[in-house]
Amino acid sequence: MLEINNLHVKLEEEDKQILKGVDLTVEPGTVHAIMGPNGSGKSTLSYVLSGRDGYEVTEGSATLDGDDLLDLDPEERAAAGLFLAFQYPVEIPGVGNMTFLRTAVNAQRKARGEEEMSAADFLKLVRERAKSLKINADMLKRPVNVGFSGGEKKRNEILQMAMLEPKMCILDETDSGLDVDAMKLVAEGVNALRDEGRGFLVITHYQRLLDHIKPDVVHIMSDGRIIKSGGPELALEVENNGYADILAEVQ
Amino acid sequence: MALANPKQDATEARIAGLALPQGGCLQTARREALARLREMGLPQRRDEYWKYTRPDTLTQPVAMPAAVFEVEEEPVFNDLDRLKVVFVDGVYDADASDDLEVEGVQIDRIADICGQDIHWAKDLYGVLEAKGQNPVERPLAALNTAFAQDGVAIHVQGQVSKPISLIYIHESETSDAILHHVVRVEPGAEATILENGPAAARFNKVMEIDIADGGKLHHVRAQGRDHERRAATHMFARLGAESVFKSFTLTANGVLTRNEVVVELTGDDAVAHVAGACVGDGDFLHDDTVFITHDAVNCESRQVFKKVLRNGATGVFQGKILVQPGAQKTDGYQISQSLLLDDDSQFLAKPELEIYADDVACSHGSTSGAIDETGMFYLRSRGIPEAEATDLLTLAFLAEAVEEIEDEAIAADILSRLESWLTRRR
Repeated sequence: MLEINNLHVKLEEEDKQILKGVDLTVEPGTVHAIMGPNGSGKSTLSYVLSGRDGYEVTEGSATLDGDDLLDLDPEERAAAGLFLAFQYPVEIPGVGNMTFLRTAVNAQRKARGEEEMSAADFLKLVRERAKSLKINADMLKRPVNVGFSGGEKKRNEILQMAMLEPKMCILDETDSGLDVDAMKLVAEGVNALRDEGRGFLVITHYQRLLDHIKPDVVHIMSDGRIIKSGGPELALEVENNGYADILAEVQ
Repeated sequence: MALANPKQDATEARIAGLALPQGGCLQTARREALARLREMGLPQRRDEYWKYTRPDTLTQPVAMPAAVFEVEEEPVFNDLDRLKVVFVDGVYDADASDDLEVEGVQIDRIADICGQDIHWAKDLYGVLEAKGQNPVERPLAALNTAFAQDGVAIHVQGQVSKPISLIYIHESETSDAILHHVVRVEPGAEATILENGPAAARFNKVMEIDIADGGKLHHVRAQGRDHERRAATHMFARLGAESVFKSFTLTANGVLTRNEVVVELTGDDAVAHVAGACVGDGDFLHDDTVFITHDAVNCESRQVFKKVLRNGATGVFQGKILVQPGAQKTDGYQISQSLLLDDDSQFLAKPELEIYADDVACSHGSTSGAIDETGMFYLRSRGIPEAEATDLLTLAFLAEAVEEIEDEAIAADILSRLESWLTRRR
């Protein structure tokens, strides 16, 4: 489903290469995790895939079900089925969470040539999905992420994911800033969305999130490349020994 | 031979084209206003108070013509149950207006008040305007008091069941209208006054508002969308103890608008909120000039002005809070912000605080900025196209001002106008 080939990316503003040839394939129904030390390029990968400004692809490709992602605007990528759960969800004062969700759902439907969801159907669906993430009516009414706690922001990301029903979900350090209970809640939300048609790419520093969201494949990223891939045991190895051993082994 | 005085000459040239309405009980007030005007002279570009806004088209003898804009959508406030008071090119139109009988309020044309032996409005006409000339001169308001052709006196005596809706229709491309309204809210009485419409090619309007102790006045206006219209408006409000005055103005289009608001909080525990949202495109200048004087204890004032500008539009804000000696426990808030949708637009702001009491809380802030890129990417990453995301963020920016409107139906109406403006102008 998601195919990344030899992806090279540099910062637009300065001559700094961040990704130096990333190869990655995520099949439908699988969960891939990317781990790696700070500055290895994990977040850059998520931003480049979702279309954020400030990066220049110098080589390679990224496709989603054959669509060239790099050629699309961010909203087109979203409509094509890509979703990024932000590490730092953005506060948008003045825009109600509900309005935001409904605008997004209907914009994607429109882009795919589908009928817009009626206000009643939408309301029913959002209430149901919000409830399982313990998002109350007040959080739905408030401006997007404004005054939300760290945990509430992350749960709100998962709610968006649940409403938009993307094919390919990228979770960028969704565990950062969460206590154990909040992490469990978020992980449950993600697990509820796991199905055979959907792929996940979970970016994290720590193994503990992967206790709750069990990955099929774990990749270690360092200095802009994936240097090692393996099963869930690879995450445990990192947890026990840190990255030093793996880095030494590869070099 | 007298020395040339361009300011005096310009003032006399303008006066020469106007006729002082003769006779009637307002004669003295009009003559005094004319004397004030001659003393001050009409504003010129080098006057400090007109530094950002060129006054020449507002003061020249003959108004620049303005095409009448064909609005396709339903006029603002149309769905509200309201009392319609209609003016066409600045003249009261009895046929188009509702019967002016509503419980709790008495409405008379200015021309008719002299027919009555005793009329409260005789003691208000021109009084707050004259007082409002100090410390800053407002010559266009004096000109208005002297030469106003029409207007109404609104006497709020109880709870008025529906809004009083002043509708200003623009029919002639060369119309030059001068309207003067006076409003008196009796103790404990409450009303809502709505204003909408372009009024004329050039519109000079004054509203003097006297709110007695415990009285409440809500004011919402939507200035007409005719692209070429010009307007200079003044509101002078005097607030008694525990009274409330809340005013909101929406401005979309119009080549030149100068809205001055002068509020005096004269009784303890009074509340004054003045807000505005404006959206402007291209050859558009919108100027909010506000002066709020706290002259009593424990009063609250809020100024919330938001401007969305693009394609070279200009926004101006001059806002002042003056806290007089003894006006302790004053709570003053002032914010003026602009959202510049391109590099050609500009916002000029002069926020001022002048405080002579030591136990007060006053804050002010003024910002200019573009659409937040981070927010934009967030919305787009959820599938919202750039144009729609821009609209959402623009409405969000305006929200704080629109939220100043208490009535939900009116606020929703105003919001829908802003939405359609944005959609039309994508």
